Amino acid sequence: MSEVQQLLGNDPGWLTLVKALIVFVFAVLMTLMSIWGERRIVARMQMRLGPNRTGPFGLVQGLADGVKLALKEDIIPKAADAVVFVLAPIIAATTCFMSFAVIPMTGKVKLFGHETTMQLTDLPVGVLYILSIASIGVYGIVLAGWSSGSTYPLLGGLRSSAQVISYEVAMGLSLVAVFLYAGSMSTSDIIDAQNKIWYAIVLFPSFVIYVISMVGETNRAPFDLAEAEGELVGGFHTEYSSLKFALFFLAEYVNIITVSALATTLFLGGYHALPGLTFTESWLGGYFTFFWFLAKVLAFLFFFIWLRGTLPRLRYDQFMKFGWKVLIPASLVWIMLVSTLRVFSLQGTSRAYVLGFVVGAILLGLGASSIYDKTKKRKAGEVAALVYDAPDFAVPQLPMSVSTFVVPSAAASKESASE
Amino acid sequence: MNLILAANPFTPGQTGTPEAVLFWILAPLAVLAAVSMIFVKKAVHSALLLAWVMITLAIFYIAEDAPFLGIVQIVVYTGAVMMLFLFILMLVGVDSSDSLVETIKGQRVMAMIGALGFAVLLIGAIGRSYTGFAGLTAANTDGNVEGLAQLLFTRYVWAFEVVSALLITAALGAMVLGHRERSSERPTQRELSILRFRPGSKLPGAPLPNPGVYALHNAVDVPALLPDGTPDPSSVSRVLKARGDVLDTKAFEMHTIEEGEDESK
Repeated sequence: MSEVQQLLGNDPGWLTLVKALIVFVFAVLMTLMSIWGERRIVARMQMRLGPNRTGPFGLVQGLADGVKLALKEDIIPKAADAVVFVLAPIIAATTCFMSFAVIPMTGKVKLFGHETTMQLTDLPVGVLYILSIASIGVYGIVLAGWSSGSTYPLLGGLRSSAQVISYEVAMGLSLVAVFLYAGSMSTSDIIDAQNKIWYAIVLFPSFVIYVISMVGETNRAPFDLAEAEGELVGGFHTEYSSLKFALFFLAEYVNIITVSALATTLFLGGYHALPGLTFTESWLGGYFTFFWFLAKVLAFLFFFIWLRGTLPRLRYDQFMKFGWKVLIPASLVWIMLVSTLRVFSLQGTSRAYVLGFVVGAILLGLGASSIYDKTKKRKAGEVAALVYDAPDFAVPQLPMSVSTFVVPSAAASKESASE
Repeated sequence: MNLILAANPFTPGQTGTPEAVLFWILAPLAVLAAVSMIFVKKAVHSALLLAWVMITLAIFYIAEDAPFLGIVQIVVYTGAVMMLFLFILMLVGVDSSDSLVETIKGQRVMAMIGALGFAVLLIGAIGRSYTGFAGLTAANTDGNVEGLAQLLFTRYVWAFEVVSALLITAALGAMVLGHRERSSERPTQRELSILRFRPGSKLPGAPLPNPGVYALHNAVDVPALLPDGTPDPSSVSRVLKARGDVLDTKAFEMHTIEEGEDESK
């Protein structure tokens, strides 16, 4: 049993309740602030100002919008399945908070005279717990889509369930390499294992796959196909209004914060300071570690916003193809490589063997990619055969000749109509 | 030692107070959900109740010091299997309830035999655990996950492989059944856009014009007017046309000055 698990095991019941409250307040506050931050940053990226009227710098805009949303009329459509319609946003909003329970936010600190860490609980299967809670959270979206009793929400719900399930596979596979290296699935152990070097560097491919799949998992741009307003109106929440809609809104943002916090924990050393700044970790009685945690999470949130400001939405079939045909096979191959290397290092195999294996693997990869390129080139030739003669009418005609094709027919139709 | 209940130590073989409270709250709920799963009319409600039963089972597993089993129960059964079920059921629609006509011959007999076999299997497995009972502390000496992994990959590796082969076969079978060969290569986006600009092409080179007469009547049931004043049929949805819901554009057409004067007389 690790040190953190022992510390948390000694927490009295009331301290756990206090920490639960802190986690909840932290998540809600982060949501309000990240809504404001997102609107301001996206505005800046689009050469606008964004909300700047409510409070200093528009800081309480999120709160004002939340109150406004809560005071709106609450509508349950006639065609809806009322029980499930009410249940869906509740599922979405409760599950999103639950996964925060295993995220370590500080190192060892003193809270009301008790030595503990800012982490609600530490399960030996902590990361899997987060995945399982996320998979329950999907029910909220799917049920919302189904129970609305209308076409667009249903399509949105179907899309998002397919999307979240496929990207959860890729996400789970990207985590396997971390488990292999840390030798544990508990969040605190994984952070401890990164004392020397972050897994974002050691397991860079895993990190990339995780970051892509976390965007897919949270239904965010450019993967926000479940609520593609150009195609599906609002997607799964089209029929929702007032507080129920607010719950979905809350759930989306808390989920973003959770996956960012998980990425911080698994790949960026969690609450530990940047390399070279470890002396800061003892400041404020250890509470300064929270600053590092927050800084890393905010960096991820900024990345989310940056993505939204930069990338257009993917086409649905391309998106699913990317998940199943690129991310999942790539992470499978990567896991095989990592586990082989891990076995080598655990057995103390000589450097020459390891080097030989790595070179062999790289050569094999290059060979496979060259074969793939050859098949692709053959395809490119086929396409070239399909290129037709230059079209006669690829550009609009010049204005001089316009009169020849409109006026006579108009006169003719008018005459026939008057007769 | 269980982390959740760590503050309340209890001796093995005896149920601790928190565990008992948990059990007496959740067990009736689980039974109620299981029973009502059979009796509710809508398939989606049944699926939801089943998902709830699975989640309560997972909570029991975790409370019984099997955190890995509990979490995997949620990830695999609630998260993946039930979600796929729900996925299919959702396509049926909100209002439809289950058809009670039995389509498979001898369904009941087969179900009975299956249930009987399963019961024998369960009784055998549970009965055996009474004789060779190692206890949780012995099972979890190296950690819960490690203990399970050791059993799965040493003693039960053959059963594990057989089950996975069975699952892969089933998945392949489903793929073969669902596979559809394309008779011709699918045109790429590039080829389609080249086709659009070929002479005599029936595909439009630009997006279709929007319906509605700007400034006079902007609804979807009125075709747009071309520069020469004639209505453009491609601007109205085919569905509306088939339903006969398309309005006449006459009332919204702008007239040139002379023509307007002529018609007013």
